[in-house]
Amino acid sequence: MSWLETFRTGINGVRSHRLRSFLTVLGILIGIAAVILTVGLGEGAQGQVTSEITALGSNVLTITPGSSTSSTGIRQALGSASTLTMADVHALASPVDAPDVKAVAPITSSSEELVAGSSTWTTTVQGSTPSWLNVRGRTLAQGRFIDDQDVTDHAAVAVLGATTASELFKGEDPVGQTVDVGASGVPVTVVGVLTSTGSSSSSSSTSDPDDLLVIPITTGAERIFGGTSRNSVSSIALQARSSGDLTAAYQEADHLLLQLHGITTASDADFTITSEQSLISTATSVDHTLTILLGGVAGISLLVGGIGVMNIMLVSVTERIREIGLRKALGATPAVIRRQFLVEASVLGLVGGALGALLGIIGATFLPSVVGDPITISPIAMVGALVVALAIGIAFGVYPASRAAHLAPIDALRTE
Amino acid sequence: MSATATTTPPVGTSENAVIELERVTKVYRTGSIAVAALRGVSLTIAQGEYVAIIGPSGSGKSTLMHILGCLDTPSSGAYRLAGENVSGMSEAALAEVRNRRIGFVFQQFNLLSSMSAWQNVELPLVYAGVPRAERKERSMHALAKVGLSSRVLHRPGELSGGQQQRVAVARALVTEPDLILADEPTGNLDSVSAADVLRLMDELHESGRTLVLITHDTEVASASGRVLGIRDGLLIENDVRHVESIR
Repeated sequence: MSWLETFRTGINGVRSHRLRSFLTVLGILIGIAAVILTVGLGEGAQGQVTSEITALGSNVLTITPGSSTSSTGIRQALGSASTLTMADVHALASPVDAPDVKAVAPITSSSEELVAGSSTWTTTVQGSTPSWLNVRGRTLAQGRFIDDQDVTDHAAVAVLGATTASELFKGEDPVGQTVDVGASGVPVTVVGVLTSTGSSSSSSSTSDPDDLLVIPITTGAERIFGGTSRNSVSSIALQARSSGDLTAAYQEADHLLLQLHGITTASDADFTITSEQSLISTATSVDHTLTILLGGVAGISLLVGGIGVMNIMLVSVTERIREIGLRKALGATPAVIRRQFLVEASVLGLVGGALGALLGIIGATFLPSVVGDPITISPIAMVGALVVALAIGIAFGVYPASRAAHLAPIDALRTE
Repeated sequence: MSATATTTPPVGTSENAVIELERVTKVYRTGSIAVAALRGVSLTIAQGEYVAIIGPSGSGKSTLMHILGCLDTPSSGAYRLAGENVSGMSEAALAEVRNRRIGFVFQQFNLLSSMSAWQNVELPLVYAGVPRAERKERSMHALAKVGLSSRVLHRPGELSGGQQQRVAVARALVTEPDLILADEPTGNLDSVSAADVLRLMDELHESGRTLVLITHDTEVASASGRVLGIRDGLLIENDVRHVESIR
């Protein structure tokens, strides 16, 4: 008997018990859909984080205030001190001391309320210098960015992110308009709007790179942020000359800052330098752990589905004992019977896998609007799911199939 | 089907014997208890014979049928089917012998309910590896022989008991086997359908087929040319006219 005939017989076996076959398939279907969705969710989250971090600019190092040891010997928590100053920024900008650093942008930031006419919007206000645009790898959609003159003059000018512009002005031309910033309502004039990065449309506005307002750092320090030390900055963004110079730039900045801060032991550094790469790997490793965990749970449901296939195939063998006996009487060898039941089990597995993949795609289309996170379905995950489903069908079909193959024809025919 | 004149071949010569049993025994073991179902059966059935084996339940009749049909193997003794020694064959080899040499007709019809009449009939040809087109042609021909040309696409559930048994007979015929083995073929049928099936058996016999019919019904047995009684695992050769004496 040819494989084609065996296949036809197997399909027939599945089709002649539609309800039971469907229920069996359901177990695999749910398992495969769960695996595809959890893996897709994990990959989607990773993609989102990566694009958010990439949006910070390329070849960028970010220096943030680190833990510091006060003169009394008390070690303070990470980021609690304002250890970075404009003096650091000027030093890092020196082509002699840090030749591999292309541009430096100091950043001060805080969350402030913006008022423009009747619109109110709370967003991140960043104070910086003209080099911010390059370091962040951004472009302007209209108007101009803040320039050196603005920084020198403490000018009351601002550049808006695309989201902020549309929230405040609702389609009106924002350039030339006035926005009142902060609790004391400092009026600033909008001089430009940044191009949308389009990388994130998620509901969490804090991570939206298009939702911000940029003002000259001097204006921010003097009029908006206030605080005790007007010379300190929240963070410093460095751009290396190329991705190959990133390590060199890192070492130069590290060395320079240790020297400036008068720290002799590297482990006592009162700042932290992070690269885009290290941010991505930290973020992805968290997502990765979560994906493995969820994937594991989904995998267990797949295993349960497989046991379901085995259970049904065993029932099927018992129930069709007469059919098996008859087929044997008519000349089916044990090998042919075994193949027939293996084909049935693999068809169940494969159909379950295909329907599960379909359900996964449907879920990936509709779930993000509920969950709020993107789900990425990779073709590899799809093919993998199908292969796994088929393998489960075969693996859990082997035992029932060999039971069927070894039934004695007379015992099988005798059963009423 | 036209009745063709057939010459009855000489009985008992091993050259044209389809079945040769030599002192065949069959012992079933259940734990420590051994039950001898057959206690030394010798039997020769020639090509073209129509033989009925009659006996009450528990006589070893079913066991004999299983051994004749290569569904079971003897505990001792030799069995040659169409000259081929099948006593010591493997399960796979026996399956092949059944497929090629034997056509079965069962009391329960044993048709597969999910398949149409012709798909049921072509089943033995599927296992024989016959190509699709030839299978269809041969199964249609076999169904025409049993008078069911108009029912080929019907499923067993849509056919009467008599029609189902005729489908089963067509399935037994389709491989042109050396031996047709019928186990109580009329057991589940009303008298009209039973007469139909027996008439079909007669026609097969007339066309030169070797038939072995196993029954407990003397009336059914009397349709055959030679009646063998079985009792307590032993065969008694009987003349048709003395069937009653076996019971």
